[in-house]
Amino acid sequence: MMRLRVNGEETELAAATIAELLAERGIDPKTRFLAVAVNGSVVRRAEWPMASLAAGDNVEIVRPLQGG
Amino acid sequence: MTDPLVIAGTTFSSRLIAGTARFPNQQVMLDALAASGAELVTASIRRISLEGYSGSLIDLLGDKYRILPNTAGCVTARDAILTAELAREALDTNWVKLELIGDRELLYPDVEQLVHAADELVRKGFVVLPYCNEDPVSCQKLADVGCAAVMPLGSLIGSGMGIANPAAIELICARSPVPVVLDAGIGTASDAAQAMELGCDAVMIDTAIAKSHDPVRMAAAMRAAVEGGRLARLAGRIPKQRFAEPSSPQLGLVGS
Repeated sequence: MMRLRVNGEETELAAATIAELLAERGIDPKTRFLAVAVNGSVVRRAEWPMASLAAGDNVEIVRPLQGG
Repeated sequence: MTDPLVIAGTTFSSRLIAGTARFPNQQVMLDALAASGAELVTASIRRISLEGYSGSLIDLLGDKYRILPNTAGCVTARDAILTAELAREALDTNWVKLELIGDRELLYPDVEQLVHAADELVRKGFVVLPYCNEDPVSCQKLADVGCAAVMPLGSLIGSGMGIANPAAIELICARSPVPVVLDAGIGTASDAAQAMELGCDAVMIDTAIAKSHDPVRMAAAMRAAVEGGRLARLAGRIPKQRFAEPSSPQLGLVGS
């Protein structure tokens, strides 16, 4: 288990990669219009299964929403 | 296509850019967007709820409209740039409506941060459309760093106050080397027509449509207003004068 920050919240995870993080949260990795950044850098979808996470990482998982 | 709007080499037949926020429900939003004739619609980029992801409104829009992601709510250049990069990844578009706010109550742009972020995003290959002050100097700076358009506010976002400073908008339109999109504060159809008559190339409308009593009808009204205002602009209006000038012939008056 590892402590990191996901979408602004401190959390403990068993996940070691972004793909595992999404799975742990019940998010289908094939979902359209999703984007992920780790420590201020975007990680492309193709790299999600390989991109490893470390303790203290800051992860943003976003999608488009209504907006003006 | 006659009189198309061209931004960054992309052609649009509609000069109305529509927002997707604040509609009473999804169906009204879809019907209003259709009635507006908009081809380009905006969306925000937000964190997903981590209790699982059930699909977003954008799934409905994705194929019918071109989506213009915004950096709404960002107060630092760093956050806006990251948001733009996430938007590019999520939506497979390098277009971004850049919003950098200097005051959370007024939602007025922070010009300094805005120009800096625009500069960096242009260097990273983005097509940047910045929401900005209605001031010719800021607009010129944004054009100078390579923005594809400028989007000066008419009045405060969501306020419906119309165009507070028409003289400034007219000046910006006269001098701008890039298209001018009036963005924020439009309240009703006449405001949209006025923007076009002042020389704007397009208008951006969200709240005035979404929060009206009948958004679908208001969207149709806005469509007509943008088209009418544009035609009037191209037709070349008469000048304003301080005296009357009779329109009927002066000779042959009965009883003269």
